[in-house]
Formats: sequence, structure tokens, C-alpha cells
Amino acid sequence: MSADEQTKLQPRIELETIGLQAYFGETRAVHGVSLRMPRHRLTALIGPSGCGKSTFIRCLNRLHEEIPGARAEGQVLLEGEDIYRRGVDPVLIRRRIGMVFQRPNPFPTMSIYENVASGLLLAGVKDRRTLDPIVERSLKQAALWDEVKDQLKRTGTRLSGGQQQRLCIARALAVEPPVLLMDEPTSALDPISTARIEELLLELKKAVTVVMVTHNMQQAARISDQTAFFLLGDMVESGPTDAIFTNPKDQRTEQYITGRFG
Amino acid sequence: MKADRIFIQILRAAAGVSLLILAAFFIQMFWSSLPALRAAGMSFFSGTDWDPNQDVFGAGAFIYGTLVSSLLALLIAVPISVATALCLTEIFPAKIAGVISFLVEMLAAIPSVVFGLWGVFVLSPLLRSSVQPFLSERFSWIPLFSGPPLGIGMMSAGVILAIMITPTLTALAREVFLSIPTLQREAAQALGATRWETIWIAVLKNAKSGLWGAIILGWGRALGETMAVTMVIGNRPQISASLFAPAQTLAAVLANEYAEATSDLHLSALSALGFTLLLVSTIIHLGAKFWIRRGRES
Repeated sequence: MSADEQTKLQPRIELETIGLQAYFGETRAVHGVSLRMPRHRLTALIGPSGCGKSTFIRCLNRLHEEIPGARAEGQVLLEGEDIYRRGVDPVLIRRRIGMVFQRPNPFPTMSIYENVASGLLLAGVKDRRTLDPIVERSLKQAALWDEVKDQLKRTGTRLSGGQQQRLCIARALAVEPPVLLMDEPTSALDPISTARIEELLLELKKAVTVVMVTHNMQQAARISDQTAFFLLGDMVESGPTDAIFTNPKDQRTEQYITGRFG
Repeated sequence: MKADRIFIQILRAAAGVSLLILAAFFIQMFWSSLPALRAAGMSFFSGTDWDPNQDVFGAGAFIYGTLVSSLLALLIAVPISVATALCLTEIFPAKIAGVISFLVEMLAAIPSVVFGLWGVFVLSPLLRSSVQPFLSERFSWIPLFSGPPLGIGMMSAGVILAIMITPTLTALAREVFLSIPTLQREAAQALGATRWETIWIAVLKNAKSGLWGAIILGWGRALGETMAVTMVIGNRPQISASLFAPAQTLAAVLANEYAEATSDLHLSALSALGFTLLLVSTIIHLGAKFWIRRGRES
């Protein structure tokens, strides 16, 4: 068996949490979650509101700790390296991990071009000859290029909600992050925009490892490879999406996916 | 239903009263200004001689003093206020921010005349004995810092005004920063922005038009402030390039002369000063509204 086939059968682990706990002050919102997120796969995090899935994903790029009083314990391994180790600068970690939020949040004072380039500008890349092709590539990856290529200098806030969200995806992709975190990226969008983003994610995961929080179980079933079910701060179970939805091991998972609570 | 209609009528009347008062102000001030404006013509605004005994009324020096003292105040107060507001919203923990907010608001509760006293007994002597000699030794080649260090004068007025408008400006800037969604800050942080870069990209850039509105409102306050300025500015109707020299503002002349005005023309001239001040502050307030609205739309 060649090395290539080997990685197909057993994909490399891009991101892994070991006993991850997250706190808001004294309140523990995530209770020791260990989860492996394989390379170039889409991992969906599902569960009812307040189950800790959003807090969990925000620990993966150390954004959680920016909330006053919030902190995280345990390990998060990004390509084998613990991002919570002492001396690691969270700013540098966040440059390597893209994130897309619940509501589109382009920078209103920046043009579409500047929005996409903003991550690179922050990293000190200012040369237009370098930026131009990256901006174009990122917008194409986010399936937005054809719609905005003639208005790159206009502000991004004039676009529709779905377009703004794809702009935010392009912004996150511009720095070529190995991992893309998405916190309910379609919950503020209409069904057509949602479908476009789902299509886009299926394409994106060929090159990027995606971790997505979703409220929508059908969405998780449609596009994810692996699903983890969260409840009251615990990860109840995780596994291949097919298995979770057709043959869950835990009774609570079954009750949730069959709509008996949540 | 009927009670509703009466209630609405009462509200309407209440709203109408303030409108009526404003209109009455404008009309009355303009009306009583007319004799002086007719007598002096355009030289009322451009002339710099003010001699009520000779019926010479030129408000140029007062307009100059009003604008320069208030702009000097902005120059000092804006950076301090913006920095304080950033600390309150972006940097300090909520508890400390609350205490500092409270202290800054206390500053706004100090009566104007107390600021004036402090200006006369503390600030002006301090400026005369150390700040102005220092500036004069090193920068006397800049006209702003030429001439003898007198203490009482334009610089004292500017500094006092700066201290007086800082609470207002800080509170307004804080509101502007608080109104910026957390999601904007998180967008910057998630891209790997440092604390300072996050403040620049997500806070200051988004706050630009709101800050302009706050600055213009603070300016409006500085223009009309009377008591403390009157006590420290020196009250001399002159236009001097030096910030050390005494000057005079529109509001300060009114406070100084209204009781001693003997001739009708003098009274009318004072009304014209009041009208000028009213006009300037109204224009500035309208400007602020415009800026803020423009910011909201974009």
C-alpha cells in the first residue's frame, strides 16, 4: 500500500483536542472534550442551544479567552503542536486558523478588496502584485468572484447577506489557513444562500479542514463527514456522520436527532 | 380614545414649547441686534476695535478669541478623551472602567465658577511660572509661544476649557465605541490582529463619523462656556498670535459688560454678540447631526 493510499484510509489528524475545558468565570461551559478532527474532512458539531459547541469551537483558535473572565484548559493540537502551551502567542495561532461567524461581519469601512486582503495586510503583506492574485483566488474559492469582480473597490456592506458571508469566507481563506472554523455560518441566511454555502463547503473541504457548528441537523447530515453531539457541556458521542444519524450509540443522541428534545 | 387624544395633544404642546422658545430666541436676539448691526455694518464682524464709549463696535477679536480658545481646548481634550474612552471600553476590566467613568462624570458636575477659581489660583500661576517659560525658552521662534509669560490669557482659557469638555467628550466617545458590535472586534481578532490592530481596524475606523459628531458637540460646549473663561482669559479685546497674551471671547464680553451697558446702542451690540454666538453654536450642532447621520447611513 502506498503512502498516498494510506492517508486516504486513515486521514491525518489536523486538529485534536485533549480534555478541553472552557470556563466563563467560575462556570464551566465545556467539560473535558477530546475530539479528533481529520485533515480535509468536515466535522459538524451539533447539539441544543447552550450545549457548549460554540464555546468549544472558539477555543480552537483561542478566541474564547478574549471574553473578559473566560479561560480554557487542556490541550488543542494543531498539526501536533499544542496551541495552549506556555509561550504560544494566540495572535500567531489565529493567523493560521480561519474563522467565519454566525452573522456576516465584513469591515464596513473597507472595500471588498481590502476586506479579502485584510488578513494579509495584518501579516505585513502590502505589495499589490502579491495581493491581487490572492484576492482573486480567495474570491473564486468562495464562489463570489463573478459577482464582485467589477466592484472590488466598493464597500462590502452593500452586498446581500449571503454574499457578505461568502466575502467573510474569502477573507478567512486569503491567508491559506489549514483549518477553517465556522460558527453556524448559515443561521442568518435564506435557504438559497445556505445551499450555496453548503455547496461551497463541499468543495472547500478538499483543500481545508473544516469544523462547523450548526443548529441544523439536516445540514450536518448533508455535508459533514464526522459529527460530534454536544449536550450540557459534554460531548456525548462522535463518529462518522452516517453512523451518528442512523445508528447512534447513546440514547440521548438518538433522542436529539429524532427531534424529541432540543 | 378621548383620553388618548388629550394625552397626545399635551405631548404636542410640550414639544411645541421648546420649538417656540428657540424661535423666540432667534427672533428676539436678531431684533435687538439690528440697531448695532445697522450702525456698524459688516465691520461689526470684521472690526477689532471695541469701544462702547465711542460707539465703536467690532467683534472680530471676540470671534477670534472664541474660536482659538475652543480649538485649543479641542486640540488638548480630543486625544485625552479618545484615549480614555478606549481604555474604558477596550482595555480596562469592567469594574475599574466603572470607577473611572464615575470619576470622569464627577468632573462634569463641578460648577464652572469653581473651575474658574482653580484656573485663577492654580492653573494660571503654574503656566506663568513653569510651562510658559519652558515653551518660551525653547520655542519662542514660533509666534504662538512668543511674548512674556503672563499666565492669565488664551492658553489658560484653552486648558480650562479642555478640562471642562473632557468629561463630555469622553462620555460621547465611549458611547460611540460601545455601539460598535463585538462581532467586528472578533472579525479582526480571528484574522490575527493584535490588540492595537483590533482597536484600529474594528473600533477606531468604524467610529470615525461618530467621533466627529462627538468632537463637534464638545466644540459647541467649549464655544459657549462663559464663567471659567471670563476668569482666566484676561478680557482684553485684541488679536495676538501669542497664546500667552490675554484675549476675549464672545461669551466673556457678554458676562462682563451686560450690567454696565448704558447706551441703547451698547445693549444692542451685546445682543448682536449673543446672536453671533447663538448662530455659530447652532451651525455647529446642525453640523454634528449631519456628520452623525452620515456615519449611520454608510
